[in-house]
Amino acid sequence: MHELSICQALILRVEDIARERSGKVRRVCLGIGPLSGVEPRLLEDAYPLACAGTCAEGSQLAIEPINIRVRCRSCGAESEAAPNRLLCAACGDWRTDLLSGDELLLLRVELETQDDLTELANV
Amino acid sequence: MCETCGCLATQVQDTETVDVLSRLLEANDRTAAHNRHHFDGHGVVAFNIMSSPGAGKTALLEATIDAFKADFRIAVIEGDLETDNDARRIRARGVPAVQITTGSACHLDARMVHEALHELPLSQFDIVFIENVGNLVCPASFDLGQHRNVVLLSAAEGDDKPAKYPVMFRAADLVLLSKMDLAPLLDDFDAARAEQAIRALANAAPVIPLSARKRLNLEPWQAWLRGEIEKIRATQAAAHDAHEAHYEHHHHPAVA
Repeated sequence: MHELSICQALILRVEDIARERSGKVRRVCLGIGPLSGVEPRLLEDAYPLACAGTCAEGSQLAIEPINIRVRCRSCGAESEAAPNRLLCAACGDWRTDLLSGDELLLLRVELETQDDLTELANV
Repeated sequence: MCETCGCLATQVQDTETVDVLSRLLEANDRTAAHNRHHFDGHGVVAFNIMSSPGAGKTALLEATIDAFKADFRIAVIEGDLETDNDARRIRARGVPAVQITTGSACHLDARMVHEALHELPLSQFDIVFIENVGNLVCPASFDLGQHRNVVLLSAAEGDDKPAKYPVMFRAADLVLLSKMDLAPLLDDFDAARAEQAIRALANAAPVIPLSARKRLNLEPWQAWLRGEIEKIRATQAAAHDAHEAHYEHHHHPAVA
């Protein structure tokens, strides 16, 4: 179960961003492909544990799935593929290049920032 | 108006979205690049050996050490949850082994390997084998700084393992079908089917059947090793020459 260590690496990164902008973390968005080797459901389970006691505590984790796409080296066609069948859908050749599907990305962090508008209210 | 007391001071809650788009394992990747730099700086070639538990990684290393010890200076980094049994087996072959006990961690990461490298004077070695924790899932996600990945699939595991663990077998630069001396006793292992399952992952890696214990068909594996060592050393030498040319007029101490 390496999802916890991945979550811990994620939280370190998120804490840096939150500190920089002095905000409270509300939502963290990840992009995960099936060939990343990370199970989104396990990551969701590990997330609150990794967040505990950090500025991301109580924040929400959103995972955007990324589809597997391959490009065929022999016919050039681009197609969707299954994790253990990265064949060209057009000609069936196994010599393909992966276009997407192995990502493990931190896409966005949503922060709550408090703007003190006292001055504005006094006007 | 303030919601708490009704005063005129107002606090507006803003949501700021910060686009990051970086790899989650960025920190591990940086340490891995650092390890690779260390290896390259000393002309050391590093192999990451991965498989499920009991597929014969240590037996393969024992046989390889016996065959290569005269020509190459070898060191081994051993990853295990507990015990240093494997490291002791390696040391019995006359080769230094650094044991990393990961506790409950199911994989080696670049930081653990970096710490182990502090115990190995790299200038005294040509090859470092990193024997990863026996596991077909987690180790595939962590770059350690190796030059090549070798994945073992033992005959007793079944030829459908590449289809079940695509991330691991997609990462392989070479797949060794190990314990092939047992294949005649098993009716469900077909080397051709295993190879087909690896091709279905769009992986062109060579597939070599062998038995380390029975010393069967070790030559193709050894030839592959020698070939890759030669290729990696050529790349290292070219990078070194480019670096030297760039700093031609500067005298600088070699980085340890």
